[in-house]
Amino acid sequence: MSAAAEEGSARTPWALTAPALMLFVGVLLIPLAMTVMLSFHDWGQYKGIEPVFILKNWREIATDPYYAEMFWRTFRIAILTTLLTALLGAPEAYILNRMSGRWKSFFLLVILGPLLISVVARTLGWALLFGGNNGLVNKLLMSLGVIRSPIPFMFTETGVVVALAHVMMPFMVLSVWAALQRLDPQIENAAMSLGAGPVTIIRRIIMPQIMPGVLSGAIIVFSLSASAFATPAIIGGRRLKVAATLAYDEFLNTLNWPLGAAVATLLLVALVLIVVGSNALIERRYAEVFR
Amino acid sequence: MRRNGPLALIFHTVFVIVMVAPILVVCLVAFTPEGFLSLPTNGFSLRWFRTIANYPEFIHAFWVSLGLGALSSFVALLFAVPAALAIARYRFRGRDALAALFLSPLMIPHVVLGIAFLRFFTSAGLGGSFAALIIAHVIIVFPFALRLTLAVATGMDRTVEMAAVSLGAGGWTLFRRVTLPLILPGVISGWALAFIQSFDDLTMTVFLAAPGTETLPVRMFLYIQDNIDPLVTSVSACVIAITMTALILLDRFYGLDRVLAGKGDTGR
Repeated sequence: MSAAAEEGSARTPWALTAPALMLFVGVLLIPLAMTVMLSFHDWGQYKGIEPVFILKNWREIATDPYYAEMFWRTFRIAILTTLLTALLGAPEAYILNRMSGRWKSFFLLVILGPLLISVVARTLGWALLFGGNNGLVNKLLMSLGVIRSPIPFMFTETGVVVALAHVMMPFMVLSVWAALQRLDPQIENAAMSLGAGPVTIIRRIIMPQIMPGVLSGAIIVFSLSASAFATPAIIGGRRLKVAATLAYDEFLNTLNWPLGAAVATLLLVALVLIVVGSNALIERRYAEVFR
Repeated sequence: MRRNGPLALIFHTVFVIVMVAPILVVCLVAFTPEGFLSLPTNGFSLRWFRTIANYPEFIHAFWVSLGLGALSSFVALLFAVPAALAIARYRFRGRDALAALFLSPLMIPHVVLGIAFLRFFTSAGLGGSFAALIIAHVIIVFPFALRLTLAVATGMDRTVEMAAVSLGAGGWTLFRRVTLPLILPGVISGWALAFIQSFDDLTMTVFLAAPGTETLPVRMFLYIQDNIDPLVTSVSACVIAITMTALILLDRFYGLDRVLAGKGDTGR
């Protein structure tokens, strides 16, 4: 009797997870494997997809400078977006954390709420604000005397980075904010009582402690920016291609699926390597903070 | 703790304005009485909201999105609730690997998922169908359904269940009458967050949708690619309003701060 009960309890977790496991193997792992295989198939304008094993698509990506330029642009946009969110998001999280209760939760809602609002709607907002050379942003910056002549935002990398930074900002604020919650406010007071000025406190006390939060936020922002689709497609237009929009074009316009699959596979592999690699680095560097 | 100085407050004000501006401008332009993109300086008008009625493809896309979000989130919960209970209560071999697998859709770029599902469903003869969209959306909303259920199931007081068992309840009765009511707040919030994720997804869905199964974000995206006029702003304003409603629901049942805090780490 007791043996039977034990056996039953050993099988229970597997019985409970089996449906989800079968779902994931059937409609996630198999399609991903099929995509990797697709990238080795041949394709021709008239013959369509031929299920053979060749390296044609991979050779094309490796040799044609167009793809190198496109991937470099993708990662450049992602890096700049990450820097922008870190430089602005980290101080904002710090300021938020010092506000009093009611204001803190109100502004947290205002800043994090956009996370759940449609990316298309948010990017449309930036398209409206940029809108040509006499868009609202340019008018404002010129009337404030920040710039002399209008900056072209639409269909440029500058515009994509600004809009993308806005889309990704909540992730950074959230990540730094979580790090700030683990910080003991008494340390700040102790530093002050020992005569440290505000700059010293931020540089020597706050910065080292929230750095893991900034870095893990940076990983999230970077990987989401490098694979972003809606914002580069709407703000960047048809000419400013990044990995996601190029894969979209290969699949739905050119119909060269194997080449599109190779671009997507490369993007996935590159991102997984970067994310796993930097996670390992951060965890080694800040092992004591995570403990 | 020290207060924020004037410089910090100026920074904060500019920051908040920049965060809100794009969303606000969309909602404002939606109320313009003019026939072109402009801020409503000469009074507000509902003209562009009424115009939506002349575009049945937007109305249809809205119903597709609504049905898809509701149904795929529900199906995801059917799989996620048992899995969450198993992960929360049992220590078994492969538990961490399973949890990682179930959260992996958060890590895989949606463009890659879109391509993988397009290839898969086209070979299966389901290309462009609503069924394919449902299955694909179940996968992408699964992590959200799982995580919120998991959070409630982990912190649950199990003495009530033990009392029920001692009174002779077992199996299905135990789940339906005791366990489910206890984890219900997490389940409902999981559903609402999953719904929002499904309702807003563009990147993956744009690969799978065909005329007739286009969702609202896909329809909006394709429309914006051709031209930007006040019509898309009024549609966007409606989308923003729907998301806000779901947000309020989430806040009531679960607390928005907890939902958002869970979204920050990508499933590590």
